[in-house]
Amino acid sequence: METGDFRQLTIDGEVCRVAAGTPLKDACLLAGKEIPTLCWHERLTPASTCRACVVELEGSRTLVSACSRLVEEGMVVHTDSPRVLHARRGIAELLLSVVEDAQVPELQELVQSTGADVAHFRFGATLAQPTRDDNDLYIRDYSQCILCYRCVEACGEDAQNTFAIHVAGRGFGAHIDTGFDRSLVDSDCVFCGNCVQVCPTGALMDKTEWTLRQTGEWDESCIQVSETTCSYCGVGCALDLHVLNQRIVKVTSPYSHPVTQGMLCVKGRYGYEYVQRPDTSSVHSSAP
Amino acid sequence: MGSNAAEAHPIIFQHILRGVHQGAKLVVVDPRTTLTAKRAQEHYALNIGSDIALFNSLAHVLIRDNLQNQSFIERATTGFEGFKAAVMQWPPERAAAITGIDADRIEHLAHVYAAAKRSMICWTLGITEHHNAVDNVFALINLALLMGNVGRPGAGLNPLRGQNNVQGGGDMGALPNRLPGFQDLTDPAVRNRFEQAWGVPLSPKPGWNQTQMFAAMADGRLKGLYVIGENPIESEANRHHMEQIWSRLDALVVQDLFLTPTAERADVVLPAAASFAESEGTYTNSERRVQRVQPALTPPGLARDDVWIVQALARAMGHPWVDKSAEQVFAEVQELAPNFRGITYTRLAAAQGLQWPVPNDTHPGTPVLHTRLWEDTVDPRVAFMPVDYSPPVEPPTPAYPLTLTTGRRLAFYNTGVQSNVYPHPHHQGEQVEVAVVDAGRMGLTEGMRVRVTSRRGSIIGPVHISPSLPPGVVFLSFHFPDQVRTNVLTLDATDPRSGTAEFKAAAVRVEKWPSQEA
Repeated sequence: METGDFRQLTIDGEVCRVAAGTPLKDACLLAGKEIPTLCWHERLTPASTCRACVVELEGSRTLVSACSRLVEEGMVVHTDSPRVLHARRGIAELLLSVVEDAQVPELQELVQSTGADVAHFRFGATLAQPTRDDNDLYIRDYSQCILCYRCVEACGEDAQNTFAIHVAGRGFGAHIDTGFDRSLVDSDCVFCGNCVQVCPTGALMDKTEWTLRQTGEWDESCIQVSETTCSYCGVGCALDLHVLNQRIVKVTSPYSHPVTQGMLCVKGRYGYEYVQRPDTSSVHSSAP
Repeated sequence: MGSNAAEAHPIIFQHILRGVHQGAKLVVVDPRTTLTAKRAQEHYALNIGSDIALFNSLAHVLIRDNLQNQSFIERATTGFEGFKAAVMQWPPERAAAITGIDADRIEHLAHVYAAAKRSMICWTLGITEHHNAVDNVFALINLALLMGNVGRPGAGLNPLRGQNNVQGGGDMGALPNRLPGFQDLTDPAVRNRFEQAWGVPLSPKPGWNQTQMFAAMADGRLKGLYVIGENPIESEANRHHMEQIWSRLDALVVQDLFLTPTAERADVVLPAAASFAESEGTYTNSERRVQRVQPALTPPGLARDDVWIVQALARAMGHPWVDKSAEQVFAEVQELAPNFRGITYTRLAAAQGLQWPVPNDTHPGTPVLHTRLWEDTVDPRVAFMPVDYSPPVEPPTPAYPLTLTTGRRLAFYNTGVQSNVYPHPHHQGEQVEVAVVDAGRMGLTEGMRVRVTSRRGSIIGPVHISPSLPPGVVFLSFHFPDQVRTNVLTLDATDPRSGTAEFKAAAVRVEKWPSQEA
């Protein structure tokens, strides 16, 4: 029986009552069961593509994704049944077989929690390909793309509403595309970098960070983050300035901020060079 | 209304589109088919400067069809009968002839506005960069009052602020007739409080706004000027005239990050720290949210915080000012400005900014203003302000057959001092945008060089044939003054009440360059 705006369900044998509209993932967390995720992002509509969050739902032929499925009255859910663990292990092993450098914390956690064998499928096709370096603001290294759709959602209705990219192709040929594989500069991209902000793997990376990593100068432990407010228009976007050796090397915005909810425009994210580029005509450099 | 938020305020536009995805209706009124207009369900491409004809006619239809919020009008407003009489002169057919929008579309738009339970009007410089800017705004206020679309969540009148801290400047009293906290200089009680705190008498006479200062520079009444963080030589209308009047100054001090063309004329340049990344303080955003800015970098060379410079200057002029930090200055604002009384640096950090008024330390801030209009007794009531249409100062003529309008482009900002430094892939400089039919008539092709001439001067630049422009309209931004000095062309006819020039409408002609006869 449904009561008020609450739903009663059973998670791993424990009876829980949660608000209607709660995703299964959050209901499981309330029941003390943390569900692994890869593609899910707090700011974005769940795309349910990675399947790392699958759980077993009695009466359902297939496993269901806990990030997007909402609680229903009387559900009986198993979060760590052999079938669930087997599926998650397979997902981890398949991802590791195609993605070149899986330094993704969420994927590493999935590997550990499922006991995945990283070498299991290391004999088939991979996504290895050269990094696309076609502009001075961010690079695309699709050999690290796990097709989580976060960039697509951030470029689309969840934030930027530019719709410059989408997933093209099917099966193993599925890939993020700018429309006829154009360079970013020739695409509809406006370089807001919100896709970079939500990318979980480093497949999308600011050019500055990428360059510093290439030369070995990027040292996370030496980066200091300073909170401030954007200097461009009157919207008042919160900025986190990431500073390395007295230089701003990256700008992000907190997802918790009421104005930005983590998203910025191109000026806020990349338009900071004016405070640090040596300029022979500037007053600064004429100072003794 | 007159806002290309998708390019000029991208993050506000994300909030607007979230509303659209959840079922809100977005209507854009703009002469250009901007990126914003393309995302709207309905776009009304009115003739430049015909705003009041449209808004009065919308009010006409609302009242004629008895769709107004009568109980709100009776309880919370005054002057309705006079307003009604004024807009009854504006049947849609009359407005259609002026705006270029069909009468039945005007009727439709009025009905769309009336059908919404709550409706918000946002605007930017398309409304305020006209010789009749204040009347344009009154016309919008009248519409909102008519439907009770004020003082409620999801309703309201929202001028989207163009600069990071234009609201904060006003908050701090950087206006000729205001003291910090937007308090009225001419109110003796207010003045007395500041006189007590500061220990000096204050003149009750408002100073000059920028336009009045320019007039005073022109006729020699203003001899010395101190400019902080602004580049008027490149941003103000009618540049040639501007350069002439600046040369009449006896003394010019410019405080800026860079040696801008304005700073190049200065007798003294005071190098300043970049506020958002090198100094301490607050900005106030478009929704009155006061937020912290904090230093991440050490300013280069001799550059100093604006607060430090101003205090050092006061001491150099013989005033015994104690050196105060930004936070100490803010504490003084807190004490003297009732709207800021509950705001402290500590609270700002914890709350991710607070929206004034914040009358005490536990007040959560005020997301919606003017809620008092929905209380049982409304005192004082709000007045309808009937306004009449006044065409642009420079209508097209045979010698200047086109209308130049100006605006921003997404990746760039104002005179480019900040935005022309970072490596944006679309950094291609200025383009003279010309409507497709006009380009065809003149035989222009993409990228061809043209000369644009107004009554004040000429510029030369490459053509972009733009499908977003209606016939007869030319568009330029003012982001690339090193290449194209757009403000040579623009018109300095200003609204005397706001001091804002008519950047949105200047009569021009466009010719191939070099001309083929030459």
